[in-house]
Amino acid sequence: MTDPKITPELVQEHNLTSEEYARIVAMLGRTPTFPELGIFSALWSEHCSYKHSRPILKTFPTTGPQVVQGPGENAGVLRLPGGWAVAFKIESHNHPSAVEPYQGAATGAGGILRDVFTMGARPVALLNSLRFGPLDDGRNRYLFAGVVRGIGDYGNCVGVPTLGGEVDFAPGYAGNPLVNAMCVGVLKEKDLIKAAAHGVGNVLLTIGSRTGRDGIHGASFASEELTHESDKRRPQVQVGDPFTEKLLLEASLELIASDHIVAIQDMGAAGLTSSSAEMAARGGVGVEIDLSKVPTREPGMTPYEILLSESQERMLVVAKADRVKEVRAIAAKWDLDATPIGKVTDDGMYRCTWQGKVVVEIPGRQLVEDCPVYYPEAKEDPAVAKLRASTPHAARSYAPSDALLALLDSASVASKKWVFEQYDSTVQASTVIPPGGDAGVLRVRHEDFGIAVKTDCNSRYVRLDPYEGGKATVAEAARNVACTGARPLGITDCLNFGSPERAAVFYQFREACRGIADACRALGTPVTGGNVSFYNESPTGAVDPTPVVGMIGLLTRADRAVPSHARSPGDAVFVFGDTRAELGGSAYWEVCADFVGGQPPRVNLEDEKRLVDLLVTGAERSLFRSAHDCSHGGLGVALAEVAMGGPYQELGFGLDVDLTAYSAPLTAHQVLFSESHGRAVITCSPERAAAIQALAGELGIPVLRAGTVGPVNGGFRVTLRDGQIEEPVARLRDVYFSAIPRRMGD
Amino acid sequence: MQRVAVVVFPGSNCDADTLDAARAAGSDAYYVWHKDTDLQRADAVILPGGFSYGDYLRSGAIARFSPVLRAVTAHARAGGAVLGICNGFQILCEAGLLPGALMRNARLKFLSRPVRVRVEATDTPFTASYERGAELTLPIAHGDGRYVADSQTAAELEANGQVVLRYVTENPNGSLHDISGVCNAGRNVVGIMPHPERRNAQVLGGQDGARVFLSLEARNATQHVGDLRAVDGRHLRV
Repeated sequence: MTDPKITPELVQEHNLTSEEYARIVAMLGRTPTFPELGIFSALWSEHCSYKHSRPILKTFPTTGPQVVQGPGENAGVLRLPGGWAVAFKIESHNHPSAVEPYQGAATGAGGILRDVFTMGARPVALLNSLRFGPLDDGRNRYLFAGVVRGIGDYGNCVGVPTLGGEVDFAPGYAGNPLVNAMCVGVLKEKDLIKAAAHGVGNVLLTIGSRTGRDGIHGASFASEELTHESDKRRPQVQVGDPFTEKLLLEASLELIASDHIVAIQDMGAAGLTSSSAEMAARGGVGVEIDLSKVPTREPGMTPYEILLSESQERMLVVAKADRVKEVRAIAAKWDLDATPIGKVTDDGMYRCTWQGKVVVEIPGRQLVEDCPVYYPEAKEDPAVAKLRASTPHAARSYAPSDALLALLDSASVASKKWVFEQYDSTVQASTVIPPGGDAGVLRVRHEDFGIAVKTDCNSRYVRLDPYEGGKATVAEAARNVACTGARPLGITDCLNFGSPERAAVFYQFREACRGIADACRALGTPVTGGNVSFYNESPTGAVDPTPVVGMIGLLTRADRAVPSHARSPGDAVFVFGDTRAELGGSAYWEVCADFVGGQPPRVNLEDEKRLVDLLVTGAERSLFRSAHDCSHGGLGVALAEVAMGGPYQELGFGLDVDLTAYSAPLTAHQVLFSESHGRAVITCSPERAAAIQALAGELGIPVLRAGTVGPVNGGFRVTLRDGQIEEPVARLRDVYFSAIPRRMGD
Repeated sequence: MQRVAVVVFPGSNCDADTLDAARAAGSDAYYVWHKDTDLQRADAVILPGGFSYGDYLRSGAIARFSPVLRAVTAHARAGGAVLGICNGFQILCEAGLLPGALMRNARLKFLSRPVRVRVEATDTPFTASYERGAELTLPIAHGDGRYVADSQTAAELEANGQVVLRYVTENPNGSLHDISGVCNAGRNVVGIMPHPERRNAQVLGGQDGARVFLSLEARNATQHVGDLRAVDGRHLRV
């Protein structure tokens, strides 16, 4: 088979602009070969090069005493006590999931697992962040069910518990669902390994699955908008094999511990091309690969296909020159192939041969680093500014009880038990707080400390006010983690937006990132890496801007982790923080007035930091019986969740709360459903009440002793100045836990 | 101190948890690789949970042909204690060491959640330290946990007291007679779907599973399973 001639049409098909192509020709001093064109197309795609986002990402705070590894590696790493460290990263798999939800989501989980175990960390938790269109549409239900099953089947088989996540539904995701997967791993800091090739003469080996024709150009696919033609991309979606992944995990960790290798990297997006080119560039060396040695699934594969295949469950390893035999023996123990395919060279060239002939020869550092950087125009869409300044038309007026029940029944607010019940959340026997609370908590075996993990993003706020929305995302994640008693340590982010080439989208991106950066600085949680996913657009438009944050927190004692739900009748109920008239972007307006607009609540980062201090200090002193963040759905939903209890509690608790202290001009609906930040609801034994009030006073946090936890299966009563709620907690539970199963026909 | 062999298949993913739980109970626990045929003088063998060989054909269907299973079968036939947890239970059924089979959950979905189970038999090496009738909260995490058996086998299981654990309050997967664990007629081979190794410490939400492993050591102290059977008073014949 002969390679096609390089024409302007072919260049365009490879998503390279004529300027980019000119740069390539200048770099090489000649016309690129077909495989070289493919390589540039992959590595200079938005997905691999971050060409539109890099200048903005550089504004994130990335340092701190706790940071072992910041952005630029396969995963970020933060320091834990006792010589331990935590490696973590979040990544998107949106486009594949839009055309093939099961495999798209499964391979998303697979890819992020590999990013973490290639750092030498054993994966201990998975999380996710999912967005779909409304569940009244059959296609959205199909995507939702397929994605959940795909994530579950993969993680369950590999044996990594899913400890948390978030799912949200909005019309903006109907054409383009979002599937973000996060993995958390632990390692001893001294065992950290980086993906930088070095040592001239060292040997490159592929380990794991053979290379097939699946997923060719996945990275480019991820960097374009979805169209009616996207279904044709289905063959570009990779197929996952979690059993091989599990073998690869064990073999990789054994290899890293063995001292036979100097570097290891997943063949993820852009497969062999990106893994080998990035490892070489990081180490400042060249590599030479004999493509005819790469084991393939089928005969007749061309150099182009071998370089760009995204077949799953493959690793690239750089072995010490005299240890190839030992590396192959470890792979063989796990029934995996390990095949030498090339070596590290000293000339800095990225070179590939095919049957003795050089088919690729590119200056390695320039290939990875000389991708053009773009500074797109950013301008707010005037329609958004208008929407932000508006309020709902007078809608049907809901009684407080009816409004609360409507909120608990909305898919966005309702319990996600239907989802997380399909994920193994207890494998590895280290789960302290399972999904269904504010954040997941796990222990590290034989150690006292614990790790809290959470993903968050309220895209309504970001859509209406990207700067405040970006701040809110970090603040809510920190608050969730702190509710368990953990001190927030750092974040990874997955920035899901539409096309950066549109000024309105780039404005959202730039402002949301500014908000994230400010919040991370204020809360002391540096960004350690992440992923940008642009071009989340379908014929119906761009997705709602969704910058997801994955937060890691440290609990000095795992056995003091604080759950989210009431635990004992007679306990006192406190509300921390200020409630203001902030219904903009609220679930209440969305559900009860069919209106997503207004000015979303503003985050006071100083208040937020003090609240985190209060929650962490209170937990350290064992003052709280439960702590729950107040966010989507406001105080009304937060109080109901505290009373209803965890997903596997047989019955809830009554709750008797008096909110008349919130005086005019706040209306009942504003008190109940404003989504003001910086708030939490805690319960405690009455003997601890004075200590809590004193501590809150010291830290300058407004505190309201709101009421008492009632009897098991009792009544949920909230007294307001101009109204009240009185419902049996059993009724609330029934609505809250059945909302999603009912829509899914279970 | 009992010698406890934890078998590792490719795809096992509860091996480390199980080893840890056995050691926490005081046993001398160690791994045995699926290609090995020597159980290294094990007093008891545990087949842990996971997805042996990927379970792409049928849960446990490939593992039964592994070299180590020949040794496990010999150990069981000689009266040695064998426990299969989740995937291990599926393998023991596939291998014919336990009656019945485990099929897709009734609601066809993987199910991960805590369940309530009742200890129905305490005359096995893995339940000897429980009170009969005790109710436990243990996690399940499986897609293929619906226990089935033909009506004659089911009747025998009940008549012989071979049902070891039974779901109470709710049957999560549609298992016959709410069965979540059984033993063989010799009572030395036990299979259970819940994961006791995931609930053996207060920090994990409770320790209802700890006695599965402590039972082995208790049996060691009294030397004879027979003594415990006599105390139980229900299966003196066996």
